[in-house]
Amino acid sequence: MAQSLAKEFTKGLWAEIPPFRLVLGLCPTLAVTKTVENGIGMGVATAFVLVFSNLLVSMLRNLIPSKVRIACYIVIIATFVTIVELLMQAFTYPLYLKLGIFIPLIVVNCILLGRAEAFASKNSPILSLADGLGMGIGYTLALGALGGVREIIGHGTLTFWGGTPVFEMGAWFHPFAFMIQAPGAFVALGLMLCFMNLMGKQ
Amino acid sequence: MEDLFVLAISCIFINNILLAQYLGNCPFLGTSKKMETAIGMAMAVIFVLVMAGGLTWIVNEYLLKTLDVEYLQTVSFILVIASLVQFVEMFLKKSIPALYSGLGIFLPLITTNCAVMGVALINMKEGYSFLEAIVASFAYAIGYGLALILFAGIRERILLARVPKPLQDTSIGLITAGIIAITFMSFKGMV
Repeated sequence: MAQSLAKEFTKGLWAEIPPFRLVLGLCPTLAVTKTVENGIGMGVATAFVLVFSNLLVSMLRNLIPSKVRIACYIVIIATFVTIVELLMQAFTYPLYLKLGIFIPLIVVNCILLGRAEAFASKNSPILSLADGLGMGIGYTLALGALGGVREIIGHGTLTFWGGTPVFEMGAWFHPFAFMIQAPGAFVALGLMLCFMNLMGKQ
Repeated sequence: MEDLFVLAISCIFINNILLAQYLGNCPFLGTSKKMETAIGMAMAVIFVLVMAGGLTWIVNEYLLKTLDVEYLQTVSFILVIASLVQFVEMFLKKSIPALYSGLGIFLPLITTNCAVMGVALINMKEGYSFLEAIVASFAYAIGYGLALILFAGIRERILLARVPKPLQDTSIGLITAGIIAITFMSFKGMV
């Protein structure tokens, strides 16, 4: 039991890390990773919804008729997205403004529906919780990494909460603004995927 | 009239839903391996997006605003879109089977296409009137179709090229999309 629990948790961190291995949930990955801070914020919001929707779907899996299951999953996910939206509006208002419509759009992030359908609807609540937590943390790491790469190349800095950059390139470095614009997002993610393919699954 | 034309042009090219606003990327990569599927998806998006744009506007204006429950936007919009897709699917199956067999498998996929939900939310955020919302939805959908079909054409060519192994498939696809996005950036000075 403990072993399979650990397995479900860790697969989301490397072997099946979204969005690199499972190519799902690309829109927020591309849109909000201009800085590491936005990337992590988006990742945490998605992880929160993922954990709770996985848990609830799994608890209700024997009650939901299979014909209307997708609609039920969507309602569950939408409810938690609304909760996150209201919480962020109350406690992290600047981040809420930066992420904009991508917070309500968590509802159509295919990772959530994908995990509900592929995992939570077939497994026990505890395993689903581990799966949701692993995938959520993996997604946050991925978004943070992509945000970090784009911020370092595009701005020449790396800023976490608090305002002062924790890392700065020297004066010799000319920020490459391409990276923080739309085309840069596609190219950066493409190169990250290539890097992950090089590293292999182990 | 002129304003609507400017709005349409800016929605198609400058604020292209795929390449400038990053919405609808999963089906963009998923259905662009063949020209046929890309055209099917583009048609389905145009078909559903216009209806969804109009319907969500009505729901927001007459239901959510009158009852003062605008925080339920996310839940109500996704339900409207999901039931619309289901309804369109049943309607087409019954009355226009030819169109249904063309769009068939792409219709259910549209529910989780964030372009549809995204356009509905953008329309509300910009405070468009009903007519503007319809025009903007149609223009966004055309822009989506344009980018998808262009990309599918290039991707069919890439299949013939010798791509290094780690870059294959999605990776090279994303880099290609980035290059198309650069060309779309040059439309910025147009309006």
